[in-house]
Amino acid sequence: MAYVVERKPLTLAERLYLPQIFAGLRITLKHLFAPNVTLQYPEERPVIPPGYRGVPTLVRDPQGREKCVSCQLCEFVCPPKAIRITPGAVPADQPDRLHIEKAPQAFEIDMLRCIYCGLCQEVCPEEAIFLQNQYSLSGYTRAEMVNDKARLYELGGTLPDQHYKWDKKKIAAEHGNTH
Amino acid sequence: MIQPLPSDLITVNVDGQDIAVPKGTNMIEAARLASVEVPHYCYHPKLTISGNCRMCLVEMGLPAVDPATKAPLMDPATGKQKINWMPRPTIACATNASPGLHIRTNTAAVQDCRNSVTEFLLINHPLDCPICDQAGECKLQEHSTAYGRGYSRFVEQKNVKPKRTQLGPRVTLDDERCILCSRCVRFSKEIAQDDVLGFIDRGSYSTLTCYPGKQLANNYSLNTVDLCPVGALTSTDFRFKMRVWFLKQTPSIDCESSVGANTEVWSREGVIYRITPRQNDAVNDTWMADSGRVLFKEVSAADRLTSAWLNGVKTSQEKALQAAVDLLSVRGGRAESGSVKGVAVVGSGRSTVEEQFLTRKIADKLKAPVALVSRVGAGDKILVSADRNPNIRGALVTGLICALPEQKLAALGAAIDAGQVQVVLSVGEDLIAAGLTGAQLAKVAVIYLGTHQNATSAAASVVIPALTVFEKAGTLVNQQFRLQKFARAVPGLAGISDDLVTLSHLLNALGGAPLGSTLGALWPVIAAEVKVLAHASYDTLPSTGLLLDGAPWAGLPFVEGETLHFKPVAVVTGVTS
Repeated sequence: MAYVVERKPLTLAERLYLPQIFAGLRITLKHLFAPNVTLQYPEERPVIPPGYRGVPTLVRDPQGREKCVSCQLCEFVCPPKAIRITPGAVPADQPDRLHIEKAPQAFEIDMLRCIYCGLCQEVCPEEAIFLQNQYSLSGYTRAEMVNDKARLYELGGTLPDQHYKWDKKKIAAEHGNTH
Repeated sequence: MIQPLPSDLITVNVDGQDIAVPKGTNMIEAARLASVEVPHYCYHPKLTISGNCRMCLVEMGLPAVDPATKAPLMDPATGKQKINWMPRPTIACATNASPGLHIRTNTAAVQDCRNSVTEFLLINHPLDCPICDQAGECKLQEHSTAYGRGYSRFVEQKNVKPKRTQLGPRVTLDDERCILCSRCVRFSKEIAQDDVLGFIDRGSYSTLTCYPGKQLANNYSLNTVDLCPVGALTSTDFRFKMRVWFLKQTPSIDCESSVGANTEVWSREGVIYRITPRQNDAVNDTWMADSGRVLFKEVSAADRLTSAWLNGVKTSQEKALQAAVDLLSVRGGRAESGSVKGVAVVGSGRSTVEEQFLTRKIADKLKAPVALVSRVGAGDKILVSADRNPNIRGALVTGLICALPEQKLAALGAAIDAGQVQVVLSVGEDLIAAGLTGAQLAKVAVIYLGTHQNATSAAASVVIPALTVFEKAGTLVNQQFRLQKFARAVPGLAGISDDLVTLSHLLNALGGAPLGSTLGALWPVIAAEVKVLAHASYDTLPSTGLLLDGAPWAGLPFVEGETLHFKPVAVVTGVTS
């Protein structure tokens, strides 16, 4: 059914034409002298606000030890099933990892599947996985878009730790059960 | 008031609900019959009571009687007999139900007991759940969710104990997680008859240890891992392999011997990670042998047959089947040239009932003699019997054989030497391992349906790959003549047909009536033809199995000795078939 739009008659100012021209020129001039908001991406990068959910990464504690114990809770919770972990045992004879028993042998996040929901970070009992500032990633093949363990640690770097779980375990072991 | 009941039943009252339970039932089981769960750690229905975890504390009351006259004391308000509630809680595991017993499991006092016990157990418990293999099936985790306070009031240093003690070749102990329930100690002593475990030291120093110089190395050691209510005892093989909540459970049967222990196969995405026992009180209770738990490794073994072979050259399944049919039909007495030659069939006591039925049909069609391979080992009197064929009785029931298999395929070897046999169809049996010599095999054309490469597959003219027991479904008849079914745990390797499909294809190509190649299609045929299986079918078979009438074969000299829930019937001497 046809719908007729009533065209309103022009007002006096509109019919005079020049006020409209000057109003437009005013806006143009204002932007000419206003500070520039355009970001020259990719040469310039935006400031990432805190709490931003970028690419999920694995982090190390300040002593450079890997925090992930491959509990696979992130794998379990991941809605698009982007995470795939192969758990493994840590040999007992590594002096810097004395109280760590389990660590991932392989840890893969398929960034073609990841939906950046942050559930993996939320569920992690060891505070080992964080969605950090990295927001742009690209690749030529599907395989390139799967972040393996080395890449995840490279992206993640080191974050401050509040718990120092392994140090506590070490202190407890040195303290022994002398009670 | 106590109602008159059958002599072996008594009435108890659980949380206000009257229920009849057998005499001698303890309060945990009585509550379970009333659908009330009493949390517990140390109690296990198949072990003796030790009563040390204190988690099952409940309030208990008995009907009041006059001390002098023994007359029931009535409560005028309700008109019922008064109940004398005990002032202190009692442990439900070590208290047997008596007539008129009252149990309260939902009072504030009971709740308080459980909360306190949980808090004490968690004092020294390491917060290991993220790496603990027991997480997800841990009683301490479950009860902590229900009765824990969610935070710790314990400000001192936690106890530190050894974290990875090797108790034996297959069991790793994490002492910090141990709650000293002593289930493993009692199991080793009572069921495995290998009393190597015990506690040393006192108080919070208490530690589970092996007797000096000994190891927890018996063939039932992994049952202690299943028993452990926490993650203290872990399987070295399964340690840190996969979290249990990813694993799919499939009911299966342990195929290592004719005991037929019921098992659960745990797999994820087509990969099997572990095998645990499945409770069947008539067969294996809640136990199984360690040797049966590693059988799944054959699925992804390096020597697995992955394609069909024809005279030493890889070929397609279709061509191999056609070659097999040609061999069997041309030489099998139907040759147009008139030179009638002999075919022999070697069936298997490891095949399922359905496969044995189809094998029998093929043998009938070819008028070929059938031999089975005998596998006799030492029985351990618990859950590994002397007959290492899981389904010899299935072959008897389906009529594949009518006597027990003889040693080393002697008759078949003699027939080959005498030139009576030119083609041997082996359904899953390695003939050289079974007793034939390489020279004998060289005289005949061998058609081998098998899962793995071996001397026979190397010597065979036609090799058709088959599926392992984890990749197919079927039924087995154990030493009690109990028909038990197992389901498919993981999909078979790509390109390998189901054994039933292969066998029914052979049967059809040899001119037999099509019987179907699925369990659903085969079972009506089997039920119609085999009298003993008349009322059985795969779909309706209960998970605990169906006891068949073994009377027609009672005279056979079966090799099994006594095992758990099985006593061999006395054999009439002189009767061999």
